[in-house]
Amino acid sequence: MNDTISVTIKVWRQENPDAPGRFETHPQEITTDASFLEMLDLLNEQLNDRGEEPIVFESDCREGICGTCGLMINGRAHGPQKATATCQLHMREFEDGDEIVIEPFRAAGFPVIRDLAVDRSPLDHIIESGGFISVGSGAAPDANLTPVAREAAEKAFDAAACIGCGACVAACPNSAAQLFTSAKVGHMALLPQGQPERWSRTEAMVEVMESYFGSCTNHGECHEACPKEISLDFIAYLNRDYVKAKVKNRALSGQR
Amino acid sequence: MEPTPTPLLDPKVPNGPIADMWENHKFSMNLVNPSNKRKFEVIVVGTGLAGASAAATLGELGYRVKSFTFHDSPRRAHSIAAQGGINGAKNYPNDGDSVHRLFYDTVKGGDYRSREANVHRLAEVSVNIIDQATAQGVPFARDYGGLLDNRSFGGAQVSRTFYARGQTGQQLLLGAYSALMRQVAAGSVELHNRSELLDVVVKDGRACGIVTRDLLSGEITPHSAHAVVLATGGYGNVYFLSTNAMMCNVTAAWRAHRRGALFANPCYTQIHPTCIPASDDFQSKLTLMSESLRNDGRIWVPSASDEGRLPGDIPEAERDYYLERKYPAFGNLVPRDVASRNAKTVVDAGHGVGPLLNGVYLDFAAAIERDGHDAIAARYGNLFDMYQRITGETPYSTPMRIYPASHYTMGGLWVDYHLMTNVPGLYAIGEANFSDHGANRLGASALMQGLADGYFVLPYTIGDDLADLLGDPVVPTNDPVFTSAVAGIEDETGRWLSTDGTRSVDHFHRELGRMVWDNIGMARNERGLRQVLSDIPALREEFCRDVRVLGSANTLNQSLEKVGRVADFFDLAELMARDALEREESCGGHFREEHQTTEGEARRDDENFSHVAAWEWNGPDIAQTRHIEELTFDNVALSQRSYK
Ligand SMILES: Cc1cc2nc3c(=O)[nH]c(=O)nc-3n(C[C@H](O)[C@H](O)[C@H](O)COP(=O)(O)OP(=O)(O)OC[C@H]3O[C@@H](n4cnc5c(N)ncnc54)[C@H](O)[C@@H]3O)c2cc1C
Ligand code: SF4
Ligand code: FES
Repeated sequence: MNDTISVTIKVWRQENPDAPGRFETHPQEITTDASFLEMLDLLNEQLNDRGEEPIVFESDCREGICGTCGLMINGRAHGPQKATATCQLHMREFEDGDEIVIEPFRAAGFPVIRDLAVDRSPLDHIIESGGFISVGSGAAPDANLTPVAREAAEKAFDAAACIGCGACVAACPNSAAQLFTSAKVGHMALLPQGQPERWSRTEAMVEVMESYFGSCTNHGECHEACPKEISLDFIAYLNRDYVKAKVKNRALSGQR
Repeated sequence: MEPTPTPLLDPKVPNGPIADMWENHKFSMNLVNPSNKRKFEVIVVGTGLAGASAAATLGELGYRVKSFTFHDSPRRAHSIAAQGGINGAKNYPNDGDSVHRLFYDTVKGGDYRSREANVHRLAEVSVNIIDQATAQGVPFARDYGGLLDNRSFGGAQVSRTFYARGQTGQQLLLGAYSALMRQVAAGSVELHNRSELLDVVVKDGRACGIVTRDLLSGEITPHSAHAVVLATGGYGNVYFLSTNAMMCNVTAAWRAHRRGALFANPCYTQIHPTCIPASDDFQSKLTLMSESLRNDGRIWVPSASDEGRLPGDIPEAERDYYLERKYPAFGNLVPRDVASRNAKTVVDAGHGVGPLLNGVYLDFAAAIERDGHDAIAARYGNLFDMYQRITGETPYSTPMRIYPASHYTMGGLWVDYHLMTNVPGLYAIGEANFSDHGANRLGASALMQGLADGYFVLPYTIGDDLADLLGDPVVPTNDPVFTSAVAGIEDETGRWLSTDGTRSVDHFHRELGRMVWDNIGMARNERGLRQVLSDIPALREEFCRDVRVLGSANTLNQSLEKVGRVADFFDLAELMARDALEREESCGGHFREEHQTTEGEARRDDENFSHVAAWEWNGPDIAQTRHIEELTFDNVALSQRSYK
């Protein structure tokens, strides 16, 4: 249903990583069919028309799959709707007269670049440290050589669905990246293809994770914010594997 | 006067029977020995399926690779959004598929406008891709025995599409990304995120590097290499509204074109039939609803024009299931171009549905009654949820509304059998090249092509060319070719920032997109094409005079990023119109209203147009020259497509 609502946007502006930030307030009229980011597009067009620099915010697919977008909306990573990335949020989730506070993802590991854009490159470094299966191009056997139980494949998929948006980190009071890391570790540990490197992968990824991010104290806020509803069970799984990995990796290096 | 076409392009297709051609050719190519590979530097621009797989594979082989993307992470490339699946001629379901059949279907699906040799190779390596991805941990759908599941997709009569829920592109890209990150960790690939290519540098006729802008600091930097690979995706966003991600653009390919690379078949664009119709004027992009929905959904419109009733109130007898009516054999599964054009026809005739009367119904009522709610939910649940989130309506009880949108571009940089452009040392892979899809791409074949190029074709063919350069140093980045390219970009940036205009970049992009959609969209005619050829330059003139880009060059400045991309879209749009005008036939996604059968089907002109049109840049404000590559069909008999 196509209704128009009036809202008040309070948005974070920050020139550069070192500049102090501040909130700016803009009234906005918008149809409820618009997406949240289209509302910001419109605001940016108005700012530009008035000769003011548009608000920097990032997005790409606008379908909830690339993980580029991500805003704190009224204090919640990706806003009020469950299992929904910022780009999938629509204005019909808001009421006429609402004040909407928009901030960048706030986390020690994610410094602000400008306005609402943050640097999430530590997530790439975690993957780089072991989030892969070492199989060179051309080295793969026939895909049906190794059957994988359907349940295992499905469970692996549940973890692999992570879009790397970093909302879990932004939502966590400790800025921990356990949910993100456990999703990749879990995805690979559940598949037969992931077994040979299972223990070295787990240990390496956890260590890099800890060098950038805080520690997990099981608040569960990450899961609440996660647009893909990655299960907290994967964190438990990660913790278990990490303990085992410590033992096994020591034993394996002793054998060398 | 139009310059006369010259048959200048040599596709360098090897001799011999097609079935053994690639195997034999691999044996006859030069090799670079393992210890020499590290002496070669290769630039790969783009980290989508094509770029990530190529950079990873070249890194594994031992080349020194520099990988560039404008995203903050390689994993965010547009490939991530592909939903439906990837083809592979594995014939696991034992339903008669084979390499030859995939080859045949692709040539036919492309309406006989692709190069047989390339397509055959694509079909051959398709099977390796499935193996590779599975070994990387891509969680493809499996049956209860734990083996890989297949489905039939987009008009194929065999089940050869592998899929990972509705997120096949995501999972394949994460596989390629993980392979890439492994090479980054190993030190063989140097990754440059948030770096946008703004020029390709050519010295003495050979590509020797690129110039990039660091999107955070604004710094313009030259990079040299022995070879440059563009894996920079398609140009569907020329239409402004499309299913492509917001940042997809033609700049890399276009700047290569301006440096001498021929741009082939720009008018071959694919309009996808199943997208959610626009809901208002400032819509930013359109969302694709996976084509797989057509397996179970029935497409219809009210028989009466200007129907006022809700869909549920319209009795069966007053509904027109127009695809089932016109194409009894294929019904709702006709190829994309046929489905799209038919939707346009019924909407233009006043049968459109929804608040803006800009859609047709895709109805699941019959499927739910046949298979039950749960079976349909298991198949399409996430797509239905996505639809509901966007429109506020649930397809379980109300038919979906769909309409065609720009989705994929078959045109792109011309390449030979080695995937090299006509500029030596410059390669184009994935959607960025004019590719294997002829005038129309089959569903689930873009992912296949991107990964085929990156994992299994380019890594071989590039060696053949590099082997000759052993011992040659790269061109130093203080060479005048680099410094003048850097100065050119700095000038351009300064010019945009000092244009004292009044309208946003998006404003002009939206206006341009509307023109392109109306005249070079699903159906084209001479009058419209001529009109748009005079409208585009007028709008461009206004754009150059009146665009407002605020801020400065040395920070993250999104308007500045966009303005250069939109400027290139203007040039491209003009070339698309000229290409469409010159191609006096209908084929695949290019439908010229003057060239149709009495039944309204596309009518090819094989006598005069069985060729690739590849355009040569002659400088700004000078018309490009049209060159042709003749296409010969020795292995597939040409026929008029019929989906009746
Ligand atoms: C919604 C949707 C669904 C689809 N579903 C399917 C499907 O089910 N099956 C199928 O086979 N195909 C599908 N396709 C098509 C397919 O996804 C694409 O054709 C394919 O992924 C393109 O891959 P690519 O690697 O060539 O380019 P892309 O994935 O577009 O990657 C381009 C890369 O180049 C980089 N780049 C571009 N320009 C520059 C520059 N100037 N400087 C630096 N970097 C640059 C970008 O950062 C990016 O990394 C779908 C497409 C869409 C839009
Ligand atoms: S776990 Fe969820 S919230 Fe965290 S990065 Fe992945 S998708 Fe985003
Ligand atoms: S823009 Fe891609 S997930 Fe939101």
